[in-house]
Amino acid sequence: MSAPLRTLEFRDPLKAKQLGARLSEVVDQVGREPVSVMHVCGSHEQAIARFGLRSAFPKKLDVVMGPGCPVCITDVPEVDEAVALALQGVRVATYGDMLRVPGTVKSLGDVRGEGAKVEVVYGIDQALELARATPAEELVFFATGFETTAVATASALLHDPPPNFSVLSAHKYIPPVMEIVTEMPGSRIEGFLAAGHAAVITGSNVFEQFVRDHGVPVVVAGFEPLDILAALVRLTELVRDREPKVVNMFPRCVTAEGNRVAQEQLWQVFTPTGGQWRGIAHVPNGNLRLRDDFARFDARRRFTIDVAKLWAYAPPRLLGQCRCGEIMSGSKRPSDCALFGKACVPESPVGACMVSTEGTCRIWHQYGGHLDLRSVS
Amino acid sequence: MCLGVPGRVVSVNGFSAVVDFWGVQKQVLLHLVDEPVGPGDYVLNHVGYAIRKIPSEDIAATLAMYDQLLDAKPEDLMRQDIEGEVGASKGRP
Ligand code: SF4
Repeated sequence: MSAPLRTLEFRDPLKAKQLGARLSEVVDQVGREPVSVMHVCGSHEQAIARFGLRSAFPKKLDVVMGPGCPVCITDVPEVDEAVALALQGVRVATYGDMLRVPGTVKSLGDVRGEGAKVEVVYGIDQALELARATPAEELVFFATGFETTAVATASALLHDPPPNFSVLSAHKYIPPVMEIVTEMPGSRIEGFLAAGHAAVITGSNVFEQFVRDHGVPVVVAGFEPLDILAALVRLTELVRDREPKVVNMFPRCVTAEGNRVAQEQLWQVFTPTGGQWRGIAHVPNGNLRLRDDFARFDARRRFTIDVAKLWAYAPPRLLGQCRCGEIMSGSKRPSDCALFGKACVPESPVGACMVSTEGTCRIWHQYGGHLDLRSVS
Repeated sequence: MCLGVPGRVVSVNGFSAVVDFWGVQKQVLLHLVDEPVGPGDYVLNHVGYAIRKIPSEDIAATLAMYDQLLDAKPEDLMRQDIEGEVGASKGRP
């Protein structure tokens, strides 16, 4: 691409230092410790880890990653449904990360190794192509992810999907889980950083209701080191001033209303329903289910999925020790897990948080496995 | 991942566009983008869909940010995510 390059003003080390100092000042002014804030985005954690930002955060500030990894929160029974379908002989397509996510006994990768038809696609458009290429064969797209991928699923179903195509929806919706995590007994979360690019679609307004109901501020943040530091300064100011409101610190990408065209398609196809998030909790309105108008594209209504058969086996032994749920709800860190970096590594993950590039354990493992590390780039 | 990737629109045919990502051309669908898009425009893309037209004043800074992320070591997770989005790790000038 040929647009002229500009030096990145959002990586200026001097500005980073100034923002770091300002952040310390504001956290001190809060007058108690630790001040705990949560972000809900794998890309935020990647940026924090790879740029060594935690070493720039004041000691009194705890920045924890919440349930922001779409692969990690896909629940075990949802993986089981996809695995059961594949074992029943149905062709299943899904995003690459989903292959190694453990179900009760098997992952999609396991059953693919045993000969089941499991295809990896980069987007639902590729799954549609596969379905069109083999019209006599049923193809189920195992649809995972938050708002950002759910809009793609919705749009695909609105624009002429072939009759042999259906969707197994494990889509999740972020705002409701923020309520759950905030309300958890013992939760210390005093503010949220919201993911910039998800907010491109939902708009920053989507958080207004949450802030009104829970009195916890939300700041929409970008992904550059200075974006994150500046957003944290603003967020801790709001905590200090007991001023629960939504502030958009990523206006170069996010508007208050968001992308209306995408939102309309999302809600035309999906309706929120309660559902389990892996290891965390049942989240009212946290799952996205296909509306009745789209029943014929709903794999759950199209097939009898025999998951119970899978549960007859005992679950893999180590999975019981996995702390993903507590990590994603903010009460534990990867280093609190006895398996972290030992029995559980990216090459042979025990839990879902070690699988995805957006998983907290995977990110910590990749960038050194401890809190304070130097910049890697 | 929640970053998405920027690319330059090469041609548009109805709701389908050919978009150039660092020399790799891919088909991208336009059903979700909330502004008209034409050749030469830059769009932010996620899982095969354009989700936003990038305002002209933000293009250079956006590309520079991704260029830096792509300059990281191959095992870098942000780089991997961006390459995953493009669906190709080769062809970068
Ligand atoms: S290190 Fe592995 S087993 Fe431990 S919490 Fe993370 S994913 Fe689970």
